Amino acid sequence: MTLSRRKSKYEARQPKGGPATSAMIASLDAEGRSTIPAPFGHALVEAAKTDERIVGLTADLSKYTDLYVFAEAFPNRFYQMGMAEQVMISAAAGLAREGFTPFATTYAVFASRRAYDFICMAIAEEELPVKVVCALPGLTTGYGPSHQATEDLAIFRGMPNLTIIDPCDATEIAQATHAIAAHPGPCYMRLLRGQVPDVLGPLGYQFRLGRAQMVRQGGDALIVSSGFMTMRALDAAKRLAAEGIEIGILHSPTIKPLDEATICEEAAKARLVVTAENHSRIGGLGEAVASALMRNGVHPAFRQIALPDEFLDAGALPTLHDQYRISVSAVARQIRGWLA
Amino acid sequence: MSIANTSLARRAWAIRRHALRMAEVQGQGYIGQALGVADVLAVAWFHALSYRLGEPEWEGRDRFLLSIGHYAIALYAAMIEAGVLPEEELETYGMDDSRLPMSGMAAYTPGMEITGGSLGHGLGIAVGMAMGLKRNGNPAFIYNLMSDGELGEGSTWEAAMAAAHHDLDNLIALVDFNNQQADGPSTRMMTAEPLVPKFEAFGWHVQRIDGNDLDAVKAAFDIARSLREPRPRIIICDTTMCKGVPFLETREITHFVRVEADEWAKAVAHLDAEAPV
Repeated sequence: MTLSRRKSKYEARQPKGGPATSAMIASLDAEGRSTIPAPFGHALVEAAKTDERIVGLTADLSKYTDLYVFAEAFPNRFYQMGMAEQVMISAAAGLAREGFTPFATTYAVFASRRAYDFICMAIAEEELPVKVVCALPGLTTGYGPSHQATEDLAIFRGMPNLTIIDPCDATEIAQATHAIAAHPGPCYMRLLRGQVPDVLGPLGYQFRLGRAQMVRQGGDALIVSSGFMTMRALDAAKRLAAEGIEIGILHSPTIKPLDEATICEEAAKARLVVTAENHSRIGGLGEAVASALMRNGVHPAFRQIALPDEFLDAGALPTLHDQYRISVSAVARQIRGWLA
Repeated sequence: MSIANTSLARRAWAIRRHALRMAEVQGQGYIGQALGVADVLAVAWFHALSYRLGEPEWEGRDRFLLSIGHYAIALYAAMIEAGVLPEEELETYGMDDSRLPMSGMAAYTPGMEITGGSLGHGLGIAVGMAMGLKRNGNPAFIYNLMSDGELGEGSTWEAAMAAAHHDLDNLIALVDFNNQQADGPSTRMMTAEPLVPKFEAFGWHVQRIDGNDLDAVKAAFDIARSLREPRPRIIICDTTMCKGVPFLETREITHFVRVEADEWAKAVAHLDAEAPV
């Protein structure tokens, strides 16, 4: 395990072989699962067929947020705003004021860091139905901190009126796209793009806005997870089951408003609660769950699987996911250790 | 001033008077800005804008966006004069639970289209609203009133590019160029000059006028509205802070003009003595 950032850049290194640095637009490693192409883009096209209010905007990232599918289907309902996130968000607010439901896409770093004031004041403060949909959430690119949105949930959780979704897979992205299109208020949704693994589809899962749902039963520990960490949790649970350890998994894709009732109800039955998120340990799902449990008087043993409070390394995603302990084997190893 | 604009002069006078009375309630307020921009607002609300009293959300209305939230006192004054807001609410300006908060917000005030105040937001929202009007086949105009200080915000220039790129000929930007921002004269804080060629280079139709000359303001609005070019329009209005109250005009001008408690009545008395017919 290396932390390249902590070494001197003036000393020569001898990189080992292995996967090359992930392309910025790499699809998440499917790990043998079936995948669905561009689930957000196709779902938005479906939603737009019956909802004429839907329009799309992007800041030069239609290709890499899968909005190009919508742009090709509805060229007259698509606005290319150039590399200008602030006016993209402001213009989306203006379109919403005139009765439209704008979907605005960029990378999560740019929405959260660069366009925050515009999302806050032009959209959230006025409760306008703008949907900000962002690729590269958390650690889903090897490009380093300029593109790794490891703190987007922390940034957005403090914004009143904003609904925040961290979907797991292709099935959920498609379902959540329809759900947020129908939702009357402002939304921020994290996005997996390209060839997106399908995990929940075969389980008969149905996304419900604002609801956490058990996707696996098991009495030794409860994982509360969101985003692709639910995928990781399901795979880790399978490995642990072979060792006789049964893990329950509560998938909580709606980060805000958090389904505190279900989380507390399930956590009250568990002797160990582990939160798992593709996000900094500060301000994301883990801290949201912890405060919900404390406020509601539910006190199981509590552990957090999350990214460290650091600017992360560049590298190949599988390497980085191992290094920062959000890979399947790292999740299984940590839980095994906590239960020992 | 032409005879035809006499009534506009009377409206501008009334806007100044309403604003002074509001500021007197609180003993403070952005009165320098309100007095300076009153002529532009008079032409907007009593010559250019289409609106219906009692129907602030009428689809066909021209949308007037106040990007500069702290100018709310001026827009309240104009909307009181227009009958959009009741004059008796004037004395609640800035009070708890008033519909007239110090900084303009869409949620509080009929006729207030957006929440301004975070400067550099209005023009971008105007871009989206102008796109929306075109999508809906609505012939209304979007006006965005902004300040010279806002020309320092990068988002203003993102919006300026987008408006031209998307051929938004239904968008009219108004800049109140009083050359004053929080820390001093705008041209010394971060100059936006030369402003006319700059906006022209960005693809806009540009007019620069004396914003306290009612004939010039009215003519500029007429040109901006009747122009048949697929370009956004901007009217840069050079204005004088505190215009209309000489003893304030000559005071050291700052972003927040100092007015002593006994001077509000003096200012109103001065206006009354100079009232146009």
